[in-house]
Amino acid sequence: MSRTFKIGGVHPHENKLSRGAAIEIFPLPEMVTVPLSQHIGAPAVPAVVKGDKVKTGQLIASAAGFVSANIHSPVSGTVISVDQVPDAGNIRRPAVTIKVDGDQWEEGIDTSADFRKAETGLDPAEITRRIAEGGIVGMGGATFPTQVKLSVPPTKKAQFLLINGVECEPYLTADHRLMLEKGEELLEGVKLLARALGVEKSFIGIEKNKPDAIEHLMKLTVGDPQIAVIPLKVKYPQGGEKQLIEAVTKRQVPPGGLPLDVGVVVQNVGTAVAVYQAVVKRKPLIERVVTVTGKGIERPSNLLVRVGTPVTSLIAHCGGLPASAGKVIGGGPMMGRAISNLESPVTKGTSGILVMNDNESARKPSQACIKCAKCVEVCPMNLEPYMLYKLGIRNMFPEMEEYYATDCIECGSCSFTCPASLPLLDYIRLGKGEVMKMIRARKN
Amino acid sequence: MIEILLYTVLTLCLLGAVAAMVLYLVARKFYVYEDPRIDQVENLLPLANCGGCGYPGCRGLADALVKNDDITSLYCPVGGTDTMNRVAAFLGKSAPEKEPQIAEVRCGGSCGKRPRISIYDGAYSCAVEHSLYSGETGCNYGCLGKGDCVVVCNFDAIAVNPETGIPEVDPAKCTACGACVRACPRAIMELRKKGVKDRRVWVNCINRDKGAVSRKLCTVSCIACGKCVKTCPFEAITLQDNLAYIDPYKCRLCRKCVPECPTSAISEINFPPKKETPAGGGKGEGNAAVRVKDPTSPSATSVSDGIPAGSVGESDGNRPPQQA
Repeated sequence: MSRTFKIGGVHPHENKLSRGAAIEIFPLPEMVTVPLSQHIGAPAVPAVVKGDKVKTGQLIASAAGFVSANIHSPVSGTVISVDQVPDAGNIRRPAVTIKVDGDQWEEGIDTSADFRKAETGLDPAEITRRIAEGGIVGMGGATFPTQVKLSVPPTKKAQFLLINGVECEPYLTADHRLMLEKGEELLEGVKLLARALGVEKSFIGIEKNKPDAIEHLMKLTVGDPQIAVIPLKVKYPQGGEKQLIEAVTKRQVPPGGLPLDVGVVVQNVGTAVAVYQAVVKRKPLIERVVTVTGKGIERPSNLLVRVGTPVTSLIAHCGGLPASAGKVIGGGPMMGRAISNLESPVTKGTSGILVMNDNESARKPSQACIKCAKCVEVCPMNLEPYMLYKLGIRNMFPEMEEYYATDCIECGSCSFTCPASLPLLDYIRLGKGEVMKMIRARKN
Repeated sequence: MIEILLYTVLTLCLLGAVAAMVLYLVARKFYVYEDPRIDQVENLLPLANCGGCGYPGCRGLADALVKNDDITSLYCPVGGTDTMNRVAAFLGKSAPEKEPQIAEVRCGGSCGKRPRISIYDGAYSCAVEHSLYSGETGCNYGCLGKGDCVVVCNFDAIAVNPETGIPEVDPAKCTACGACVRACPRAIMELRKKGVKDRRVWVNCINRDKGAVSRKLCTVSCIACGKCVKTCPFEAITLQDNLAYIDPYKCRLCRKCVPECPTSAISEINFPPKKETPAGGGKGEGNAAVRVKDPTSPSATSVSDGIPAGSVGESDGNRPPQQA
């Protein structure tokens, strides 16, 4: 019996169509749009103006405050505008638009592809500084600035570093390919993160549906006392931070608490590779692996894409938008969000572009709740989704707080399993936002 | 046999008497004096319990009305001035004065004017749709048409027009309680002065994007050109964040701004049909001539029929688009 988390969970069809597709380098686009808010926290402050010439890797917007991240130019070219640009949901947000004229890198960045070990005796503070400089954020989708996670408050202590190679979302294979193809870089990144945190032991959690990745990383870590690869039973949402912690360490993060409360820091495999790039090669986070997939897509692929590349060019590269397309989703089918503006760019948090067929994507008409409690059964956070949903419909937000709406990780297991096809998560997410607002208002 | 019955009845009677005694003593001991006028004032109020006054229900307001010496800041929007006068006369206090208001929908982006660019199939709620993305049209500010305002209206005064996809307020039923104003996630609804003979002029748009952007998404958006500001003789129009706003308390209903607006974003309602004056040479006059639509517009002709607000901007399809 292999490890997994105890409470709830579902098993959607995996549909990992692009499992075997090696990471391809996506050609430079003609134009990039780099949003200033690609992370959780304050949007970065632009450091360039219209007409500026920029080089690849040059800082174009700097972090505004503690929870924020630097943003670098993903290409070399001319800044066309620093203005409001529609994002994936067609909401206008500040972004820097750059006309590409090549790929001339900023000096001091090692652009070679060969693997190099980090210089020995690197100071933990220096590692964190380089990570912050490189604008590294959590690449599993939440895009939390990495240096903030590494700044452990003096009252707490990190015991373990947990590397998230679970990739429990159906369809997505970006992390899987990364583990297979960039194993050495990944492990070097893990060691750097561990040193920055001052922890002795790191675990890499991987679900058993990726046996090749497990085998590959186990081979690379043979005889290494610091890093252990932990195969996990396949169950969604194991890639959730709190679920992964429970699966690997059997510790439960208290409600409203952080992983650090149980002495753990979790980082995604993509983040670990980005950390290696930033610390060893001084390469900021300007590109990421994006899975372009879907049943209607001709060539499901894993592409190494520069941030700012329009989504539509990725789809075109993989065979174009099929006639049957009903919905394009940024991320996976469970937690991703529909993209209503296909001209919107790939950001640091875009793990996948999923094109769903008409019949797959349409929601079924919802019926009345019969209190079958299937949603309660599958909720990995032990919440009562049907109750939160009902409170949400009635705008009863103070009551939602009492029902721990803020603990919802928005995994969508409840909506996925509901036999009445109720939009449970829609209302829970709405209520969670309102409760957060209430809590913030109380603090001030 | 009869004995058992007798004892039972007697015991129960005794128990009843003791319980009554206890209840009486407790009631005396913990008696709370409540001003009897609160009940009376409550009965003078409409008893709709809508919360439009800011208090939890009519009793809350009645309590405040009785306890506060100065009640000029308290107002029941549902009952209006009549009710407040009655309450004030009853309490011997001076009544608050407030002009009657009505909820106005500030979006004219009906289907033909603001094309849909995506289909939303999530939970049928404006609040949810707003939290997810821009909505089915590209406009980040405009009406989503899922009717959150309709649901919260206690007076059945709002309905979404299936043709335009935009809610309309029934002036006969609207009490200006403000429930829709609070419910709308995009703050499209506004309580505005009802106006003389219910005549009103307002900017039927709240898009704060730059003109070039908003115009692309919707043909009747305010593009912040500022023409209305210059035209207004009473300085009632201000321009802020790429959006013109007509102050209902400064506006004198001269309607000079209406034909000036290149995108027909300024709406008027309940005015008598305009006489077609021979063009006096000014560009504005030319625009006015284009708006011949007014006499045929339903809302202009049928003041007494209670045609809802917001339908005015609908029939100007014959307007040349290159007025900007």
